[in-house]
Amino acid sequence: MSHPPRRRAARLLVPLIAASLLAAACGGGESTPAPGAASGGAAAPAEPVKLTVALFSDFHYGPLYEEFKKTHPNVEITERRAQFNDHHNNLVTQVATGAGAADIVAVEGGFIATFREVADKFHNLNDYGLGSRQSEYLDWKWQLGLSKDGSQLIGLGTDVGGLAMCYRPDLFKEAGLPTDRDEVSALWPTWEQYVETGKKFVAAGGKAAFTDGPGEHFRAMVEQAPVGFYDTSDKVVVGTNPDVRKAWDISVSMIQNKLSGKLVAFTPEWTTGIAKGTFATMVCPAWKTGVIKDQKPGEGTWDIAAVPGGGGNQGGTHLLAPKQGKHPKEAAELINFLTSKESQLTLWKDASALPSLPALYTDPAVADFVNPYFGDAPIGKIFTDAAKALKPQYTGPKAGDVNVAMGNGLGRIELQGQDPEEAWKQAVADSEKIK
Amino acid sequence: MATRAPERAAPPRRPGGKRRLTARHWRHTVDVKASPYAYVAPFFLLFCAFGLFPIGYTLWVSLHEWTLLDDEHTFVGLENFRVLLADSYFWNATFNTLSIGLLSMLPQLLLALWLAHLLNRPLRAQNFFRITLLLPNVTSVVAVVVIFSQIFGRDFGLINWVITSFGFDGIAWRDGTLSSHVAISTMIMWRWTGYNALILLAAMQAVPRELYEAATIDGASSFTQLRKVTVPMIRPTIAFVVITSTIGSMQIFAEPLLFGAYTLTGGQDRQYQTLSLFFYENYMRLDFGFSSAISWMIFVFILIIAGINYLLTNRMKGSIR
Repeated sequence: MSHPPRRRAARLLVPLIAASLLAAACGGGESTPAPGAASGGAAAPAEPVKLTVALFSDFHYGPLYEEFKKTHPNVEITERRAQFNDHHNNLVTQVATGAGAADIVAVEGGFIATFREVADKFHNLNDYGLGSRQSEYLDWKWQLGLSKDGSQLIGLGTDVGGLAMCYRPDLFKEAGLPTDRDEVSALWPTWEQYVETGKKFVAAGGKAAFTDGPGEHFRAMVEQAPVGFYDTSDKVVVGTNPDVRKAWDISVSMIQNKLSGKLVAFTPEWTTGIAKGTFATMVCPAWKTGVIKDQKPGEGTWDIAAVPGGGGNQGGTHLLAPKQGKHPKEAAELINFLTSKESQLTLWKDASALPSLPALYTDPAVADFVNPYFGDAPIGKIFTDAAKALKPQYTGPKAGDVNVAMGNGLGRIELQGQDPEEAWKQAVADSEKIK
Repeated sequence: MATRAPERAAPPRRPGGKRRLTARHWRHTVDVKASPYAYVAPFFLLFCAFGLFPIGYTLWVSLHEWTLLDDEHTFVGLENFRVLLADSYFWNATFNTLSIGLLSMLPQLLLALWLAHLLNRPLRAQNFFRITLLLPNVTSVVAVVVIFSQIFGRDFGLINWVITSFGFDGIAWRDGTLSSHVAISTMIMWRWTGYNALILLAAMQAVPRELYEAATIDGASSFTQLRKVTVPMIRPTIAFVVITSTIGSMQIFAEPLLFGAYTLTGGQDRQYQTLSLFFYENYMRLDFGFSSAISWMIFVFILIIAGINYLLTNRMKGSIR
């Protein structure tokens, strides 16, 4: 109170600071131009064009961009990356609000159905001649990039996530089961035989469980069926589709025969269990080999056999061009280039991204590729065989959420001791509530 | 801070005539009357833009069938709220929120009181201890939950390792309702106990020393002094801590989300899905109408709790007088 001048200064200062903060906040909004609108205007071929590409991890596109620029010297490419969930959530917001999306966006398999619902928010790549590439693609992969009525092509596939079954030869040996991957694959052409193998494994009385948990197996079984959680009119058919019920019953028998280690994928127990050997098998999309390696179980600890039921896929990405982008022609050309045969082969070599073009599956670089970390397993052949064998299935808009609801039901049986029939009823009711 | 406009020295009389005086007078009036509003305006403008407007707009959205990617939003009145109040998962989440809130708040408060009491006496390296108290709070919540998830692990967790080494069965912390609530409450306590202890400590230091001296002469033990002198004297601060941590507990989110390895249902049986997580689950399905209704219910719950707290604090103030 004894220093009035100082107080007056403070009185002046506070609103000043506040005002400048406000100005800064507003200024920040103004000075950031909306991406995509940056260069604006209709560009004549020779005019410089800026393209942004939004990805959810390092796709190893760097060298390919350079290659592309050789034929398109006027195109400048910037890449943005965000964390997996953030990337897709951002994209939903950007598409809904009509601003902020990149010229080319990557959409992963778990999210593609959401965007097929709003196909009119994306450029129809048929208009730019990319429809001609249909014959090169795995049929189901191509279908995923079409609008619901099939009239528009909104995205072209990059990689696929072929499915296999990872197993531990050491634990198989202890249980008196074969350890060679071809013999192991021969143990379980069907899921029922997989369960039978598991019973033998349990009967041998080892400490480890036969597998992590039933959730991923259930998902794989449903995805192998001709119809999954949805019918083609986007109605949830979980309660009436006999294939879903069959997958459920096999999963329940896995629980009841004590095949499961009561583990949920990606929990700490699960990741530690990979290295410590608390379970002997797990459903393995191509990218899961990376997860296994990260846990450092040691070379040759895990090996890879075929998945029961014949083929399968989890994950894999498409490249889309949101309609807000001002340079659809160049964007389409870049998508075409990034998904071309040559590019996909480069990406297989550089980033282990499994190609979605069957013509490449006989290429020695893919077919003869062995991974020393998994006992020299021919992973190129195993995973592409699985991708080839998969029959296309219609994926509904919220298939991921339905899968969680069903998986929770199986979890309740094994972790909370819920009666299987109760769990089924609750899981079906939960699934049907998903809009 | 004083909110009253400070007095100004009377303007010195100059032979400038009446007009000039009026102008000065007018300026003075404007300054006294209007400038206080100008000073608080930045906050209120920001509050309106980022606080008040979203609250109102959320209410508007909650009255619609509104999914993010749909262009059409149909007005459905209170339908979302009707569905919500009939949804057993909503009440399950409410129960979990209250249960985790109580489980974390009560021990947290007692512990904070005790810690503050310990630090409220001459100690060597006092500042060191006080800063240490705040460390868990400045640690990223993600790091805290990741570490605690390991500690509470079923197969390889530290706690179960201790339990099993005594010959008992390990506990599947994630799978049970009570056990998962205890685990999550522990994480919350770890983060907030020290913070609350510091607030209580600040209040304790304002308690006149004479009271303690008198109590010591009367032969009161340290514990009796805490109970009979300290606690009654810092009651308003305790009330403040209770209010802030209750409101905080209504918003528990990161702990259950990360504890469940990013599953939005908070366990297979939704055994630790809190209200915020329930909201997030529906938000992630892009069902904005329904999730807006949920956030409004959370808002109403917070209002109710704030109301109860207001009544209690008012009563407390009365008793001190």
